[in-house]
Amino acid sequence: MTRYFTEDHEWIEVEGGLGTVGITDYAQGQLGDITFVDLPETGATVAKGDSVSVVDSVKAASDIYTPASGTITEVNEALADEPELVNTDAEVGGWLYRITLSDASELGSLMDEAAYKTYVESL
Amino acid sequence: MNAVNAGGWKPTMGETGESAVPQTASGDYGLMLEEALIFELGAKDKCGVDFEAVDRAPASGLSKFLRKSAPDLPGLTEPEAVRHYTRLSRQNYAIDLGPFPLGSCTMKHNPRLNETVARLPGFADVHPMQPQTTVQGALEVIEQLADWLIALTGMASVAMSPKAGAHGELCGLLCIRAALDARGETRDVVLVPESAHGTNPATAAFAGFKVQSIPATPDGRVDVAALKEKLGPNVAGVMITNPNTCGLFESELKTIADAVHAAGGYVYCDGANFNAIVGKVRPGDLGVDAMHINLHKTFSTPHGGGGPGAGPVVLSAALAPFAPLPFVTRGADGGIHLVEEENRGEGHSQAFGRMVAFHGQMGMFTRALTYILSHGADGLRQVAEDAVLNANYVLRTCEDVLPAPFAKSGPCMHEALFSEAGLAEGFSTLDIAKGLIDEGFHPMTVYFPLVVKGAMLIEPTETESKAGLDRFIASLRSLAERAKAGDQSLHSAPHFAPRRRLDETQAARKPVLVWQG
Amino acid sequence: MRYLPLTPADRAEMLGTIGAASVDDLFADVPEEARLSGPIEGLPMHASEMAVERHMTKLAAKNLSAGSAPFFLGAGAYRHHVPASVDHLIQRGEFLTAYTPYQPEIAQGTLQVLFEFQTQVARLLGTDIANASMYDGSTACWEAILMAARVTRKGKAVLSGGLHPHYGEVVRTMAKFTGDEIHSLATGLTAEPDDAAVIGAIDEATSCVVVQYPDVLGRIPDLAAIAEAAHAKGALLVAVVTEPVALGLIEAPGTLGADIVVGEGQSLGVGLQFGGPYLGLLGCREKFVRQMPGRLCGQTVDAEGKRGFVLTLSTREQHIRREKATSNICTNSGLCALAFSIHLTLLGGEGLAQLAGVNHARAQAMVERLTRIPGVELLNHAYFNEATLILPRDARDVVRELAEREILGGVSLSRLFPAAEGLDKALLVTATETTSLEDIEAFATELEALLVGVPA
Repeated sequence: MTRYFTEDHEWIEVEGGLGTVGITDYAQGQLGDITFVDLPETGATVAKGDSVSVVDSVKAASDIYTPASGTITEVNEALADEPELVNTDAEVGGWLYRITLSDASELGSLMDEAAYKTYVESL
Repeated sequence: MNAVNAGGWKPTMGETGESAVPQTASGDYGLMLEEALIFELGAKDKCGVDFEAVDRAPASGLSKFLRKSAPDLPGLTEPEAVRHYTRLSRQNYAIDLGPFPLGSCTMKHNPRLNETVARLPGFADVHPMQPQTTVQGALEVIEQLADWLIALTGMASVAMSPKAGAHGELCGLLCIRAALDARGETRDVVLVPESAHGTNPATAAFAGFKVQSIPATPDGRVDVAALKEKLGPNVAGVMITNPNTCGLFESELKTIADAVHAAGGYVYCDGANFNAIVGKVRPGDLGVDAMHINLHKTFSTPHGGGGPGAGPVVLSAALAPFAPLPFVTRGADGGIHLVEEENRGEGHSQAFGRMVAFHGQMGMFTRALTYILSHGADGLRQVAEDAVLNANYVLRTCEDVLPAPFAKSGPCMHEALFSEAGLAEGFSTLDIAKGLIDEGFHPMTVYFPLVVKGAMLIEPTETESKAGLDRFIASLRSLAERAKAGDQSLHSAPHFAPRRRLDETQAARKPVLVWQG
Repeated sequence: MRYLPLTPADRAEMLGTIGAASVDDLFADVPEEARLSGPIEGLPMHASEMAVERHMTKLAAKNLSAGSAPFFLGAGAYRHHVPASVDHLIQRGEFLTAYTPYQPEIAQGTLQVLFEFQTQVARLLGTDIANASMYDGSTACWEAILMAARVTRKGKAVLSGGLHPHYGEVVRTMAKFTGDEIHSLATGLTAEPDDAAVIGAIDEATSCVVVQYPDVLGRIPDLAAIAEAAHAKGALLVAVVTEPVALGLIEAPGTLGADIVVGEGQSLGVGLQFGGPYLGLLGCREKFVRQMPGRLCGQTVDAEGKRGFVLTLSTREQHIRREKATSNICTNSGLCALAFSIHLTLLGGEGLAQLAGVNHARAQAMVERLTRIPGVELLNHAYFNEATLILPRDARDVVRELAEREILGGVSLSRLFPAAEGLDKALLVTATETTSLEDIEAFATELEALLVGVPA
């Protein structure tokens, strides 16, 4: 099980060929109170960097770019009633969607946890 | 110095100690009145209107469509209704109560003659599809206002029907699309500066264009070099606000326009800030091809709590043939005629179509024309001069306590822009804004334009007196000092408004948009 | 200059504070060649209130106002009696001169009105929710088509031939630029509306069907049947109501299965005003809320737990989402929404039903009287307050000749549909509670004189 990070503050945790995607705790802190998460459709095929989801706070709407290509297999249904999970538990219970990876080699361009920590400190 | 409250009386705040105010049984406090919803006050069988009796059954053809019971809508008698809405009105701030310094909104006094004129039966009680011989006066109002707008902007033509500023933007961009179509070109990119109103990119997208952003220079203007670099065969045009949303005149607009034209594009100017230059500068002289004019800004038609607006669009000779239907024209017989779908063939075959059901915001046209005639060419020029003078007065009397990021580059136009830099840790523009409410003022525009962090955009308009401005400035300075000193009470402002800060997160997470009972 | 408070002394003092020698120094950023040196030539100078009022009153007097002649026009704009208190209340400065309620603590008056308005509109249209208004019925109609495309992810709209032709023109104009496919059905002189043609035109690619209720000829479509057919193919039914008073008597479109209901709210509180400003209504199913255009007001609480209202779900809107917004709409029709809401509050549910009853009864009297004229026939099987008559002559000429006799005698279908064939003799006539029996008699007498030559 390995976790990777993007410069747009998404995380993806990979196990086997399946990835789970969310936004980082740093990102939720920047966004403020999350009011709504527009999730992708299951079954959709997406390419790395596509805007697949939108996270709304009161005064902002942020696009979520998928860190990897593949097919969406599952979305976090709990967010429909409790979007605040992204605030309270961004990196575990506030996950957004699961994706079967079509090209695992894409992960090589992402940051690991230490690199992301350094990146955030530089902001 | 405060002659109204020379003794320095202060109300007691609940959270700072023992409250001196007892709980009232009604929930009201003197003239501070709470008001329930009509759904709590009214009843379906209550009515404030009397009717003649109907002594016949509905026509038989209607029987299968009839509803089973009357709509579930609460009614009130006239005295109850008058009281309900009057009590509600007292929970609003308004330009009639004090300055409303919202940058880019041009909240100026709304002359009451405009209201009187708009209600003359000859204007208010006329149907849009009456035979044209019976509405020559209405058509003449449209014609006279159109003539003024053309003269004031130095343009070739004007499309009168758009319903508001954003609708006018759409009209302008559709004229550009139609002009490109007529040339057989499919340019699909519109360049929009990053300081633009949100309506600009939204409109461009709505009109089917792709939006590319142009950066600003450190002095708050469009980066001309960056813009020129983006010009090319795909660029349909640029949308530029002038004066811009930082309150500055785009000095290079003519240069920009020449470059855009040379590259085969058109120049759209967002006229939201026309009040700063009316009678002083004609956008047509700067190479503009289309510009909407918010009649509810520059020409004083009331904002009404969010509309109605009106957004006529002035057009250059290049775009004029594509203006949408309907419009008015004067015939050889001296009469004024409407050009609509049926007679578009008579020299208007390139009109891009129709944007609204009828003729546009007639009720706003009568008000705006009344305002324009009241001021005349000389008065409108004075409007711009006083608006700019008032804004610069605010800028120069506050820049020592609030940083003005672009003030070094010279005077501002009709609005002064400050930033939150320098406030104490944890204090922001929001605290200043909410503090102004307690001071009895409407806040300025906050967090816009996006190019300045914690922006505060102040547009006093020409209808504020010097004494009124001095009071506002004293309050703003006091708030800036308090926020710099870390006065925690600002965080919970407003304390004296009908409501304290409202929970917008809850409203958005679990939307309650209709009364739930 | 009565609207400009600065005195010459104020100006001089303020320039001194600023450190400018003259006001022209403040315009230094404007290139010299673009600056006008004085008032624009050829335009009049400022004028007194009395002079301006005189000028405008003269222009107003050149119009034949609806109240000064027997009046029978409708076609998307209706003359109703607006209670006197409505106009007094909307002229309170706190409503008239307030801005969009972006600072909710000092805009609860406007916000509560919008919340009440949204609830009234939703109940009237029979929808779950409604927004805080659009520009007018025609633009709301186009926005509903875009919304249906977002909801269904399909891009073909079918327009009934009973849709107001101006609404259809607005839709076709906009679709030309957005690339949405619009299938417009022809308008024919039949006693029943074109329900069957609408249903026949729905296919799997259809995002929505747009049906006016009652339609532009005054006929009443069977919305329930159309909704069922649309839903079977995954399309939405967009119902368009140009005369909301009708909903006091006939069933609400949402109740009949319409997914989005748009309307022109002008009938209640707003007045004719030669076509604007009017009031766009838009209601829909709750599950479409995030695809709605325009402002929404929502209930919440303040820091002390008191109920209050705010503009909400604004991430759909242009000032946040910019080029990804659901619509570019910014200003809407706030004051018209207030007038509509007050008028509807003065009526109440039973009152609206009564008002609708009076309207229909007047229309019955009008139709009965006019069809007694030899050669004049009623087209509609069903109508509310507006119906189509077939005359023995070109209706357009008749309208013109009636106007010469100071009778505002309806709208000819050939003015509404200039490109259509075979509508020349059709005349759309409307009666409301403002139409007196004397008006009807005067109209009938003049019409009869024109048609059969009986001396008036």
